[in-house]
Amino acid sequence: MKITFPHMGNLWISAKALLEGLNLEVVVPPPCTKKTLSLGVLHAPEFICLPLKINLGNYIEAAEKGADTIIIAGGRGPCRFGYYCRLEKEIMDDLGYNYEMIVLEPPEKSFFEVIQDIRAIAKCSMLQIMNAVRTAWLKCCVVDEIERKVQMIRARESCPGLADGIYKEALKDIDSAQRGKEIISIKRRAFEALNEVPVDPKREIVRIALVGEIYTILEPFANQNIEKHLGKLGAEVKRSLYLSSWVNDHLLGGVLPLESTKEACRLAAPYLNYFVGGHGRETVGSAVKFSREGFDGIIQIAPLTCGPEIVAEAILPEIYLSEGVPVMTIYMDEQTGEAGLITRLEAFVDMTRRIKFSEKDSDLLILRG
Amino acid sequence: MLVSVKVGIPRALFYYYLFPLWKAFFEYLGAQVVVSPPTNKEILNMGVRESVDEACLPVKIYYGHVMYIKDKVDLLFLPRLVSIEKKAYICPKFMGLPDMIRSNLTGLPPVINVDVNAVKGQRAYKKAFFEMGSHFSSSFRKINRAWNEAFKLQSRFEELLVSGYFPLEAIGILESGHKGEKDKHDAAHEIAVLGHGYTIYDNFLSLNTIKHLKEMGAKINTVENLPLNIIERTAAKLPKRMFWTMGKRILGAALYYLERSQIDGIVYVTVFGCGPDSMIADLTERYARRRGMPFILITLDEHSGEAGVITRLEAFMDMLAWSGKNENHFSSHGKLVDIC
Ligand code: SF4
Ligand code: SF4
Repeated sequence: MKITFPHMGNLWISAKALLEGLNLEVVVPPPCTKKTLSLGVLHAPEFICLPLKINLGNYIEAAEKGADTIIIAGGRGPCRFGYYCRLEKEIMDDLGYNYEMIVLEPPEKSFFEVIQDIRAIAKCSMLQIMNAVRTAWLKCCVVDEIERKVQMIRARESCPGLADGIYKEALKDIDSAQRGKEIISIKRRAFEALNEVPVDPKREIVRIALVGEIYTILEPFANQNIEKHLGKLGAEVKRSLYLSSWVNDHLLGGVLPLESTKEACRLAAPYLNYFVGGHGRETVGSAVKFSREGFDGIIQIAPLTCGPEIVAEAILPEIYLSEGVPVMTIYMDEQTGEAGLITRLEAFVDMTRRIKFSEKDSDLLILRG
Repeated sequence: MLVSVKVGIPRALFYYYLFPLWKAFFEYLGAQVVVSPPTNKEILNMGVRESVDEACLPVKIYYGHVMYIKDKVDLLFLPRLVSIEKKAYICPKFMGLPDMIRSNLTGLPPVINVDVNAVKGQRAYKKAFFEMGSHFSSSFRKINRAWNEAFKLQSRFEELLVSGYFPLEAIGILESGHKGEKDKHDAAHEIAVLGHGYTIYDNFLSLNTIKHLKEMGAKINTVENLPLNIIERTAAKLPKRMFWTMGKRILGAALYYLERSQIDGIVYVTVFGCGPDSMIADLTERYARRRGMPFILITLDEHSGEAGVITRLEAFMDMLAWSGKNENHFSSHGKLVDIC
């Protein structure tokens, strides 16, 4: 059995650590590229949301590297993700791939039950399982911590690209690290290196929050590297979702005291008073939260036709009116071009910067009389 | 004499499934039910103007109907239809719809905004009606009687559908009290027209798809023409339980038609950007193809023209006529297991 799984940002690092820790043979799909996407587009229903198209591309490319089993989360609606596993299986079958699917269905099967199932196939001891979970979780947290630091530096570095270089190295090292101590020291080194990156103190930094659908938020390929572009424009980015908080909320049942989306759900009322599937309610609530935390702008990103995010989009203008922070919505699909995206980002960042720093300007005007 | 409260019901979305139930319920409680007119250009334009671009056509049209009716009534019926049965939803957009409407439209009258969520059990459904009834009466018994009466009428409506009528015809029959002439022409072909009810039965939205198919000599079968228990039994054979009520019914009906009835082809009518349909239509097409059943997907938006749809339907019907002569478009009749 050679296991693979769909890409979603840095998920592969932890997923690989976990599965390999369980003595399973893992095939990480090649990084998402234009080719991945066009393979998916070719075989997916025309109007399905973007993540499924990229998933298919991942499976096809992983099959070329010998993968024969896919592990993916299931779901019970109301958004399409819950039926991804089934539709993907049908499509792969019709294409003649003989993939087995291991579907993690909540809550009939908890994360730990699934591990039990896998243990039956993988034959490893309880101790090994504990170690695998611990290592995977540590990697997940460390990656997120480094990423947050990178989001700060990107906006300020005088020579664009240095922070990302360090980040990329760190990810590679974390992936190959086996023991906790190693991982911690990689983190320390990465932080040291990031602190050394020369920054431009005169830059007028704006703080932009990214909210929206989880896949487009976490997978840089799906969002056309939006964070890097924003960084270059002098915007410090924070997201409504990080992998570790998502894992904590959804797989570990929120047992750890991490930043949780529960608060966002609470803040969604009275604008949106019900869950709407996907992360629609979190999007609305996070927009409120970030507005109140003093962010200068909010960008919602989502795959085109994503139902939950369309609901949120319809409601965001009201949040702008009452909370006063500019909001922009960007939909992603296979047609989205990086150039057009950059133009929109420039206009938006410029606007937030004018609003943020114009107070000083108006003071000056008054002083000048 | 008391002037009765005017309750406005937009003629869109679940109007096509639940109108008799709603109407009877409100009327029994002494309200006067006002319905917006059939969708027209003006309603469509208002809806398109007021809603976000990415919303699907039925939701845009719903906005238009709300715009049309909002100043003409005392109370607007704006329920949040999360779920009408156990373990199944309708669509994420239905779950956010009341908030979207409230957020996007100004000058709304007071609304009846009840959350209908039967995901955890049918009892919540009834509870929602009691909450609705409390707008009109404080008597538990009266509301209970209204519920029973309404339910009876809804059952009669559903019987009419199963006997071959479409929702608008059935609503007409319930209102006038007598059945009209059922058009009995010799049909060259039997077609299953599948899709969400508010898409296929709204003649303006669907660009008269059903009417045109009939004129081209087709006998039409829809999801609603099949008894629910049959649909459920067939849908239960799906490898993974479908969690959208309409999606489940469409797939159940599709499988039923594929397996045993004398259907010559499937016309699936959907709208741009419909999340559930992007999966349901694709699965239906896969299953149809595995069975060698002719299938056509009609995707509509506010810019679609009737002429284009007619051309495609004609081509489809010609293809059926042609393959009918050869009588070989059916591959072997296997078991459902082979299809999905
Ligand atoms: S959240 Fe949106 S993009 Fe993701 S699966 Fe659901 S509908 Fe598709
Ligand atoms: S099911 Fe499709 S058509 Fe109906 S509201 Fe949802 S997205 Fe729109």
